[in-house]
Amino acid sequence: MSTSAQHQVSCGGDISETLQVMATHKGCGTIGGSGKASCGSQAGIANLPIEIWEKVKNHPCYSQEAHHHYARMHVAVAPACNIQCNYCNRKYDCANESRPGIVSEKLTPMQAAKKVLAVASAIPQMSVVGVAGPGDPLANPEKTFRTFELVNRLAPDLKLCLSTNGLALPDHVDTIARLKVDHVTITINMIDPEIGAKIHPWIFYDHKRCTGIEAARILSNRQLQGLEMLTARGVLCKVNSVMIPGINDQHLVEVNKAVKSRGAFLHNVMPLISSPEHGTVFGLRGQRGPTAQEVTALQDSCESEMNMMRHCRQCRADAVGLLGEDRGAEFTMEKIMAMDIKYDEQARKEYQAKVEKARTANLVAKQEALARLASASSKIKVLVAVATKASGLINQHFGHAKEFQVYELSTSGAKYVGHRAIHSYCQDGHGEDSKLEIAIGAIKDCHAIFVSKIGGCPKAELIKAGIEPVDRYAYEFIDGSVTAWFKLYLDKVNEGKINHVERVNAAACSNALTSAA
Amino acid sequence: MPFKIIASQCTGCSACETQCPNLAISERAGVFLIDPEKCTECAGYFDEPQCVAVCPVDNTCVLDAALPRHQEPA
Repeated sequence: MSTSAQHQVSCGGDISETLQVMATHKGCGTIGGSGKASCGSQAGIANLPIEIWEKVKNHPCYSQEAHHHYARMHVAVAPACNIQCNYCNRKYDCANESRPGIVSEKLTPMQAAKKVLAVASAIPQMSVVGVAGPGDPLANPEKTFRTFELVNRLAPDLKLCLSTNGLALPDHVDTIARLKVDHVTITINMIDPEIGAKIHPWIFYDHKRCTGIEAARILSNRQLQGLEMLTARGVLCKVNSVMIPGINDQHLVEVNKAVKSRGAFLHNVMPLISSPEHGTVFGLRGQRGPTAQEVTALQDSCESEMNMMRHCRQCRADAVGLLGEDRGAEFTMEKIMAMDIKYDEQARKEYQAKVEKARTANLVAKQEALARLASASSKIKVLVAVATKASGLINQHFGHAKEFQVYELSTSGAKYVGHRAIHSYCQDGHGEDSKLEIAIGAIKDCHAIFVSKIGGCPKAELIKAGIEPVDRYAYEFIDGSVTAWFKLYLDKVNEGKINHVERVNAAACSNALTSAA
Repeated sequence: MPFKIIASQCTGCSACETQCPNLAISERAGVFLIDPEKCTECAGYFDEPQCVAVCPVDNTCVLDAALPRHQEPA
């Protein structure tokens, strides 16, 4: 470990002094330590142009493949908002809730910078720092951009991103480009103001509150203008859309075309999260969210137009860590103040080099598996579920999984199609039957479940439900393992040893909603 | 003088703070309050009071009936 690159920081003193010490001691001026694409394989590039792959390959939200390997954090420096959405309630806050707009504590830019250093020191997979509210980052431009300036200065290897409703976006594109913000997410729920008026009751624009169709028209124009301006400057843009059945669900195909033509490279259709206890207008009105099947069907109908994001966890505005595994509670301001922070860029680089090595090995395994499958010819497609913690490995105990990742297998390989949230079946070593039922219900359209380990009782129940529990690929790469299993499955079908049976769709199972909190 | 923020309704979002042309709004213990000495109801700046227009919770920035309406100097 190189001492020159290591900065030991005492947390007891004045924070500005601390940050200054860190800044002046930062000898390394190199940016983007993650370096060049070590995964030269086409399979890792996922049909993206090389310059886009370079930008997204270590961003867990932009690259489905990266979300196994890299972590992100959101810093909650932006509490104010400039529009009202019927799916949002600013009075609501809950520590146990995981959805956008929720935070445990809001931070000043200085506190945020300190949190970034603490988290990046503790979690070497951290590659991206984002501002995603709890309000709108661009309704809080001073706080947002001050935070980015500090992160640029103190931890230049971290990439920046922000998520905005787009109303103020055209005013800030130059600052966004100047501060080297790599990725911007714009939430665009409509391009038709009549539909927009049903989602956004008002906006605060040009020192006035505007309502109705006029407000939605301004919002839509500003969003699309901002998107065009950003893509013209080479900033990578993702578009988020909240799918609201009966309001914009049919319309989102049009939105998809509009944003694609303006240079958005990824579209994330997310299910509306709506319960009466959230106190949102939609929640109180009884507006339902879409089922997992409805979301998937819409994603499929947009997919021919552009890449669709399928691994979104609709995370909190103060989320920390890998997607699907929030470690925010470990990094409250109180705990950070008591931490001994060593921001060691060299050690982070070394760790990430190891990650890249594992990733390359994973891609090689995937290629080999594909080659094996190529000899088989079959129209059969099956879904399988995987219990994984991270790193693209089958490395989680069935009973400890909070979600399963679902892959569709065909002779063209394994395609990630989404995740199924469940409540962890096993807590304190004691299984509960109702939770086992939920876990089985969540994957009842799958032919097999891949785990690192599984107890005798759940194993028997899974077999009874027609789902094969597979633990012989424990700690091996997902892609290679599931395709190897699929090859054997096809062989058995061809030899007449087993009958292939289509399994029912998860739509019938309300517990399988990907939107489950 | 007269706008005030009903503390029990305030979400502490800070949207009003940056919009106030008189810098009359500040935070105390997580909620925001308006200095009645500084508030001009946005007269001379904007057509509508900015705190009211930007506040996400209706009826939270309201006229303080206990104080006289702001009078622009003649």
